[in-house]
Amino acid sequence: MLRYVIKRFLTVIPVLVGVSMLVFSFVRMVPGDPATIMLGERATAENIARVREQLGLTKPIYEQYWIFLSNALQGNLGTSVLRQEPVTEEIVRRFPATIELTLAAILVALVVGIPAGIISAIRRGSWFDTFSMLIALTGVSMPIFWLGLMLVFLFSVVLHVLPTGGRLDSGTSFAATTNLLVLDTLLSGHVDLFFQSLRHLCLPAIALGTIPMAIIARMTRSSMLEVLSADYIRTAHAKGLKERAVVIRHALRNAWLPVITVVGLQVGRLLSGAILTETVFSWPGIGRWLVDAIFSRDFPIVQGVTLFIAIIFVGVNLIVDILYAFVDPRIRFE
Amino acid sequence: MSTIPLTSDKLKFVPVLARPARSLWRDAWHRLIANRLARLGIAIVVFFLFLAIVIPFASPYNAKIDSDLANQLLEPSLQHLMGTDEQGRDVMVRIAHGAQASLGVGLGAVSLAVVIGTLLGLISGFAGKSVDLFIMFLMDILLAFPGLLLAIAVVALIGPGLFNSMLAISVVSIPVYARIARSTVLSLKEQEFVTAARCVGVRSSHILFRHVFPNSLSPILVQGTLGIATAILEIAALGFLGLGQQPPYPEWGAMLADSVKYLTSGAWWVLLFPGFAIMLTVLGFNLLGDGLRDALDPRLRVD
Repeated sequence: MLRYVIKRFLTVIPVLVGVSMLVFSFVRMVPGDPATIMLGERATAENIARVREQLGLTKPIYEQYWIFLSNALQGNLGTSVLRQEPVTEEIVRRFPATIELTLAAILVALVVGIPAGIISAIRRGSWFDTFSMLIALTGVSMPIFWLGLMLVFLFSVVLHVLPTGGRLDSGTSFAATTNLLVLDTLLSGHVDLFFQSLRHLCLPAIALGTIPMAIIARMTRSSMLEVLSADYIRTAHAKGLKERAVVIRHALRNAWLPVITVVGLQVGRLLSGAILTETVFSWPGIGRWLVDAIFSRDFPIVQGVTLFIAIIFVGVNLIVDILYAFVDPRIRFE
Repeated sequence: MSTIPLTSDKLKFVPVLARPARSLWRDAWHRLIANRLARLGIAIVVFFLFLAIVIPFASPYNAKIDSDLANQLLEPSLQHLMGTDEQGRDVMVRIAHGAQASLGVGLGAVSLAVVIGTLLGLISGFAGKSVDLFIMFLMDILLAFPGLLLAIAVVALIGPGLFNSMLAISVVSIPVYARIARSTVLSLKEQEFVTAARCVGVRSSHILFRHVFPNSLSPILVQGTLGIATAILEIAALGFLGLGQQPPYPEWGAMLADSVKYLTSGAWWVLLFPGFAIMLTVLGFNLLGDGLRDALDPRLRVD
């Protein structure tokens, strides 16, 4: 097992180096001078020179990359051009909001998707099966920002039951510690704020969780169907086991594997989706920050956030792979 | 399936073989048509393709004529079946025009990615060794980014616009096709028919493109169809973020971005219909792709 883990770790290193090169060359691939583009045509020569200096554009390219890489390894992703804030600090401040949203979305996806998939498989061909697979099929075809907007329209504009966006009602101040507001408010005993943050989390989590939910439901169903037709399930039935025991103890245990993989594969989708969801719901995470930075042409932020998300993505995939090998011994001995 | 002369007395024992010979593709087509959901998918795709091809010819888009400030944000009525937007433009007309952007970019991006990806995959699998390592390393790097994020980053740098978003979406999906093509090559290059071709002195490029490549066509076709669905979602997302099609030209994602401003005033039609168009188109390509997979999967071929 340890050998496998080490091997997997080693394959990730060159990929990360490649990723850093690609992200580094992003800013250099912009046609024209990056400093002029960022500051606009009317910028003074002095300011342009200052930004060029700050971006390190005056040095030879290999030296620039080396500086970028060694800084990144020390956790320094550069400084925002407009606000002069260190990108890393800002990521640390904003990322918990993205994590909170993403975790809530995964929770929605799992809690609804897995039972729906299991019931569909057991009651194959029933109205529940047809209906939930129809929902799943439309679910994967829906643009999530549209779903988000429709939820806002229905629950906030028409029914007035949930807020349109943000993490807390405007005007509420709360000194967060971990910046996972649901956790922070609960730990500090602010029950009213806890419910308030939950209400704010509801719609974005549903919007972001719907596509993974649909995919997980379909995967659970097909995986369960495959397992349910196996001989040992017939044996279990023949032994006189209760339906419940057969499904949960025998079938589900073996149907898990493909489901785990699919959940892992959804992480990339969730991170991409978070960019859109955060934009729709004015959620102050790194996704929305990235979009804002693109429009203000603040390239160090774009560069830093892109690199950061890619690292997270690669890291999660690594964990999923290892987890998978842990659950299924066949993989590590390949 | 070999044809047996109808006069053969073998027929008495194996009547099943009397079926007329059909090619692989014709066979797959029949199975596709027999699938109800796939038929629905084809109908939806054909409908939007029709919009995308015919509408721009029938009535070229003209922003000046289109804008009608006297009729801002009208509810759906008989004159405007899907209502009008904030500039008094008919939502249904704009959706019809928007089909060109979504389908054009979807098809364009996927075609480009298929050509480049397949070529890279074939070369990678056939050349092996360091060439293979290098190409697959590049693909791994592209796969290290969540798709939409990379597309957003690329567009942010080369500038917003429909053509640039097509390029960005295309780049992002290259690795998928490269991997499919490579795995076909790897599974086939030790097979007898390749060795045989090599023995009679067939050139490598000929073996690669005429003998090996056709075998990767069906998985690429399936993946490509599903890829168009993803590409349409991505182009809408870029449009929504303001990085895709620029105003005043209609694009479904950009139309949704405009609708946000009128959300609180209750103008549900500017929100509902463009999103529905995206969902329907994506659903169509998804159904078609699923249907193609079932129709082309040799394991299911038992008739």
